[in-house]
This record gives sequence, structure tokens and C-alpha cells, in this order.
Amino acid sequence: METKIQIKTLDDTDKFAAIMADLLFPGFILGLTGDLGSGKTTFTKHLAKHMGIKANLNSPTFTILKTYNHEKLNLYHMDVYRLEDIGYDYELDDFIYGDGVSVIEWYPYIQTMLPNDMLRVSICVGENGTREVTIQGEGGYEDVVKAIDHRYRNEVHLS
Amino acid sequence: MYVLGVETSCDETSVSVTKDGKEVLSNVVLSQIDIHKEYGGVVPEIASREHIKGITYVFDQAMKDAKIEYKDLDLIAVTQGPGLIGSLLIGVNAAKVISLNYHIPIIGVHHITGHIYASNIEHDFEFPLIALVVSGGHTELILMKEHFSFEKLGETQDDAVGEAYDKVARVLGLPYPGGPVVDRLAKQGVEEYQFPRPMIDSDDFNFSFSGLKSHVINLNHNMQQRNEEVHVENFCRSFQEAVTDVLVAKTIKAKDHYQVKQIVVAGGVAANSGLRQKMKERITDIPVYFPSMKYCTDNAAMISVAGYYKYQKEQKYDDFMLNGSGRLDINEGE
Repeated sequence: METKIQIKTLDDTDKFAAIMADLLFPGFILGLTGDLGSGKTTFTKHLAKHMGIKANLNSPTFTILKTYNHEKLNLYHMDVYRLEDIGYDYELDDFIYGDGVSVIEWYPYIQTMLPNDMLRVSICVGENGTREVTIQGEGGYEDVVKAIDHRYRNEVHLS
Repeated sequence: MYVLGVETSCDETSVSVTKDGKEVLSNVVLSQIDIHKEYGGVVPEIASREHIKGITYVFDQAMKDAKIEYKDLDLIAVTQGPGLIGSLLIGVNAAKVISLNYHIPIIGVHHITGHIYASNIEHDFEFPLIALVVSGGHTELILMKEHFSFEKLGETQDDAVGEAYDKVARVLGLPYPGGPVVDRLAKQGVEEYQFPRPMIDSDDFNFSFSGLKSHVINLNHNMQQRNEEVHVENFCRSFQEAVTDVLVAKTIKAKDHYQVKQIVVAGGVAANSGLRQKMKERITDIPVYFPSMKYCTDNAAMISVAGYYKYQKEQKYDDFMLNGSGRLDINEGE
């Protein structure tokens, strides 16, 4: 199951994040790809806000993992870019397979340690800065893709 | 008071003994930089394994250099966070072993307080002061009204400044770590390109480097598409000017607002020559202190000294529930 949405403004990013936050469940895995500067961390920042996390979310690149605790769902924010030539890091296992939400930037670099069932989001920067976002999910994530498709079209594209 | 410091938050295994928060009797640092270089940055699991390999030697050497025995120590100070969780746990547990075995009290120290206190080794703090903390993982302005009191005035909303350096270096095809390379090339260039100064006029003390990073990346990309040659030295210089303009402007704003007596610059990016020069040129009314190079990067002497002052302020120890924490607020655990 796959869908594509268009993000034109930061406001759209925020709406997309709000919809996503509604659909999260314990153990949710969200993989993100997109070039440097395409907005992966910006999206995650908005997601954290809509999950009710008060702390300032900033880049996890240096430590690879930053964790944010919340009474409803914990957020585990990872940037695995530097694991490209290694392919895994067992210290991340407990988080990815834990009961919080894992957002993994550059997830293809640790593909072997990820399950098939997860949500894959790829951000492509078009001309004039518009973001073409491809959202793909199998198994339990098919409904998530459908819901995003439906709600985003209703709330953003038609407004 | 003899304080043993232990630091393992990232890719340096370090143990130090200091006396009365001032005199450094030993400061042994085992760096893993050559191992992580080929991966373009520190890899957590590799870092943990290297800490385990090196930690016994580093403890032994630090005690030998200081010509002291464990039983003569008064306090053990260990970095509890923030940092790589696996790496932190190795330092914390090694410190606990010594603490338990020799009945020496233990105290957990925030890594950033260590970087700030690195300046107090060579100079004496005068309060109030502003600390600008700049490294691969941090960009923060902190107000100190007295010893071991920290008020975070602002921080980066996205990328840390050292990380922006690394990412720009990556795009230009320069080796890791990007900071020192970009700094060196910047000295040979002129400010040919106009880069934005994000948040330089904002009403707060926060920073943002993500937009600048994107701007730099896009320009490089567009120039390549047009087959225009990127002048790397000028590119580095233009980026460095933009970054240091923002850092210095925000520091001056905090200085004026809080009428402080000193500025201390802390963290790995404090080694940047462009930042050092601009700070000293533009702030002439009060002293600006940069730690010497050996105390700029991660080391246990700064943790030991910070631990001494933390104990002086709070007059209490931690128990064996003390644990590492990857993300830690500067005022947590007090």
C-alpha cells in the first residue's frame, strides 16, 4: 500500500505530523529518508509536539539516538546515517522493538535489523521547495497509509 | 580534597585526579578518533567496545601519574550524561566498582557542566557569567550566577553547530571531523558567498543551524548542476563567517542583558580559530576565556573539577542507583 502527498508549506508539515500523531500505537516504527535538508528532523519536531512532548526536539545525529519520555507514548528519535557501512547497532534494538514510537532517519542503512511491517516515508524536494512525500506500509501499517491519505486530502488539499 | 574524574560519554576514555578543584594531578585521555574516522563519526556500539578495552589501563595510568592510591581519594565524579548510553554505562559502572571497593563516595556529573568548568582550571570564575557551549551535540547559552548554578537561556532548535560543520564538510567531500578541516580551509578563503544568519535578530537566545545548512547544501548542488566550480576555501570561509556571526551576536546580547563579568566558551567548537578571533575582536569590555586545547575536547579533568564544585554546593553524594542517561537536562538530578 502506497500513497503520495504534497507538502507546500511548514503549515502542511505540521498538519501531516498532527495526523500521524493520531495514528501512532505502541511499537510503531516510522522510517524516514530524504536528502540532507529535506526536513526529516523538522517533521519529527512537529510529530513530537503533537504527541504532547514538551521538551525541545533537536537533531539526534551526534548521539544517533535521543529519547523523549511521555506518559502516553515514548518517542525514540534516531539518525542512523553513520551506520551505512556497518548496517546495525545492537544498542538500538531495545528501542526499535520496545513499546514506544521509533522514528528512524536514513532507515535503509539498518534495513537488516528492521521488521517488514513498518511505515516508510520518503521526502523528495522538488523545484520551488515543494516536498513530494511517499508513504508506504504493509501489514498492520496499511490502515495507517489509508488513513493518512484520506485525512490529509480532506484537511489539506481541499482547504 | 582529592577527586577522581571519569569520562566516557562519547569516544574518549578518560580518567583524571584533581586536587581542591584546581590542581590537575593527572588527566589520561584515550581517544578512539582514528577508529571512528572511517565511519564519518562515532558509532555507538564500537565506542562501547573500545571503552571496555581501554578503561582498566586508563584508570591505572591516571593513578600512577597522580602518584596516589585509591584509598586516598575523597570523591569520585563520573559523567552520567548526556552522551551515548552504552558508553556512559561503562564509565558509571567502573566508577561504582572503585567506589564500592574502596568506600569512596560517588557523585554524577552532567557532561556540559564539565565543559564549562574546564575554564575554571586555568582561570577563576567571576559571577555572573555567560557560558557559550558549542560542540558536535550542543549549542547552548547558559547563565551562571554562582558556582554550580546553571540557567539555560537558549539552545539550538535543530542542528548543533559542530554537526552543521560536519554536514557541510560531508557535502563538500571533506573528511570527518568537519570542524577542524573547514576551519583550516576558511583561513585561506574570502567571504565570496552570502549565507543567511539564522535567528540573529530573534528576541530570544535560541539558535538554528538547519536552515543555514540547507542553504549551503542547495547552493553547492545548484552550482554543480550549472557546472560552476565551487571555490572550497571561499565556501568554507563564507559558512564560518555566518556561523560565528550568529554565535558572537547572541553571546553579546546575553552579556548585555545580564550584565555579566565574564564569558566562557566551552566544548569542542571552542577550538575553532574563527570563533576565537571574532569573540576576542568583538567583546573587549569583559574577559572571554577559552580553555586550552587539551581541555576543549572531552577529558576527565573537567569532570573531576565540576564534581568538586557540585559537592561543595550541594554537600551530598549519589547512591548506587546512579545511572547513565543519554539525554539529560543540565539541572536534572539536583
